[in-house]
Amino acid sequence: MAEKRHWLEHSITQNFFVPVLAVVLSFAVGAIFIAIVGQNPIEVYYVLFSQTLGNEYGIGQLLFKTTPLIFAGLSVAICFKAGLFNIGAEGQLQIGAFATALVGMYTFGVPAFIEIPLLVLAGIVGGGIWGFIPGYLKAKTGAHEVINTIMLNFVALALVSYFATNIYNVPATVHTPSIAPTGRIPRFDVFFSGFEGSPVNFSILIAIVAAIFVWYYIDRTRPGYELRVVGLNAKAAEFGGINVARNLILSMTIGGALAGLVGTNYVMGYKYYFEEGFSTGTGFMGIAVALLGNNNPFGVILAALLFGMLEYGGLVINTMVPKELVSILQAIVIIFVISSNKIFRKTLVNYMKTRTLSVNQ
Amino acid sequence: MISQILSLAFLAQTIRITVPYALASIGGVYSERGGVTNIALEGIILTGAFCTVVGTYYTGSPLVGILCGVSGGLLTALIHAVVSINIKADQIISGIAINLFAVGITKFVLEILFHSSSNSSRIVGLPHIPMGFIEHQPDVAHLLGNPMVLATIAIIIASQFIIFRTRFGLRLRAVGENPEAADTVGIKVNLYRYYGVMISGVLAGLSGAWLAFDQHSFTDGMSAGRGYIALAAMIVGKWNPLGAAAACLLFGFAESLQIQLQGGGLPTQFIQMIPYIATIIVLAGFIGKAVAPAADGVPYEKEK
Repeated sequence: MAEKRHWLEHSITQNFFVPVLAVVLSFAVGAIFIAIVGQNPIEVYYVLFSQTLGNEYGIGQLLFKTTPLIFAGLSVAICFKAGLFNIGAEGQLQIGAFATALVGMYTFGVPAFIEIPLLVLAGIVGGGIWGFIPGYLKAKTGAHEVINTIMLNFVALALVSYFATNIYNVPATVHTPSIAPTGRIPRFDVFFSGFEGSPVNFSILIAIVAAIFVWYYIDRTRPGYELRVVGLNAKAAEFGGINVARNLILSMTIGGALAGLVGTNYVMGYKYYFEEGFSTGTGFMGIAVALLGNNNPFGVILAALLFGMLEYGGLVINTMVPKELVSILQAIVIIFVISSNKIFRKTLVNYMKTRTLSVNQ
Repeated sequence: MISQILSLAFLAQTIRITVPYALASIGGVYSERGGVTNIALEGIILTGAFCTVVGTYYTGSPLVGILCGVSGGLLTALIHAVVSINIKADQIISGIAINLFAVGITKFVLEILFHSSSNSSRIVGLPHIPMGFIEHQPDVAHLLGNPMVLATIAIIIASQFIIFRTRFGLRLRAVGENPEAADTVGIKVNLYRYYGVMISGVLAGLSGAWLAFDQHSFTDGMSAGRGYIALAAMIVGKWNPLGAAAACLLFGFAESLQIQLQGGGLPTQFIQMIPYIATIIVLAGFIGKAVAPAADGVPYEKEK
């Protein structure tokens, strides 16, 4: 009899049910907004899905938007696992992408099998440094990482703005010169003509490898285990001989490095240079992606696909409703996820309590 | 250079930049003193500005505009209050979602009402109180005679008094520091937290109204990070209204200086970094210790 459990108790139900419900609810609320504009919600949603998922060009655009969201989502997720809230992915990805572009513009003549890993490494180091700072400050002074990462976002934006528009820019532009040709990551359309014109490129494979790495590291290694213990209960971890400070610094650094990989998509796979303002809030969207994906690396990929679809979808439906509809949808998804996580947990606890009582009677 | 800094025009510009920071920052003080982290300030400012423009545009009355701006800010803050206080969900994520929502909803409605994705039609400005002695410098006279400037100064001083010298302030601080103790002596914890968040909505909404009148229109994303600077000033000012206002004045001064010295001196971007780096330094404890209210960001679970 003990084997029989209520459906609400299954972790699979909780991991899937809450996010799916949140998405469905947000689309329902979105339908109200669409109706207010005087459009038919079903028609708008039909266009949204068919234009993004119905042809290779749309899928290519969607995947191109998905790649940076996977990196940003993983960045936030790994910090969450250590009990830290990384709002700094935006700044970390700026520094990382800039580092990639900077190394790329000075390393002409290096063969691709060295150049590509070198530029990827530059992104990892750049983003990693920007993640290390708040991690270090948290571990050594107790300064709250939320505030520090927010502040460092602005510092990063100002820094890359200065260097990308005054020092390393092509005159009269706000972007750097091109990286060495050997550092370019090929687009899908080089191999599959159906993707013609869409900017999706093989950096998405790096994103998938990063997700597998995060899963393996968190779930299957000793340092990953320590990191989770710190996230669950820092005091208990300290008592159990785990170096909490080191784990805080390490998780923020890895988180920063993951965000720093965003440059592989834009700098190495799309424009081949760094441009001021290339990221429109990807780092913040990473928080939503991590949340919707339940901080699970594979959940992050699924959530990034959804948000990638919405980001491209906004452009597709722009003739029918203002494209800001998708920002509204994304915001509502976030609010529903954090709210329903709370509400469902409470319902579950209440249910278990009443059941225990009835069993005892 | 010194004469530039000492000029009335420079003073006016510093005030013009400082006012919206100070209003939002003091709003943040109320919210966080009551125990609710408020990253949503940015979004509240934006909706405040938007509603001010819409109200003023359709009625021609700046006063109605301000009322709309304040209501818009208040409504946005109420979303944060429900999610943070009633549902007890993560306050930081709620704030981020609200900021995202504010950007989306203002642009969405902007396109519907003004058929533009970037800016609204022009609105009238605030009437100003005549300042006889400096009328020869109309910009300065308009600014110093601006009722909102006077209101801001009054709000700063009144807030310091309210938070530290009144029963309301004591209760607000109590629910932010030690909600269990406050509850034991009969203070309604969630009610006072609502008050704190609502006041922050009103003040950040006013901050948005200022921006709207200053610019005579709404442009998309016009809060431009001011909510985060206000948050920074609140921390640098150690959660005190006077301290927060002083930090805002410092940030406003730096920004004004950067505008005056354009072309010479430090690059713009380095001046822009000042508030953020100042906050990091203060938080790290290099200049005194900045300690947030003890229960800031922690939902209150009543013991059964």
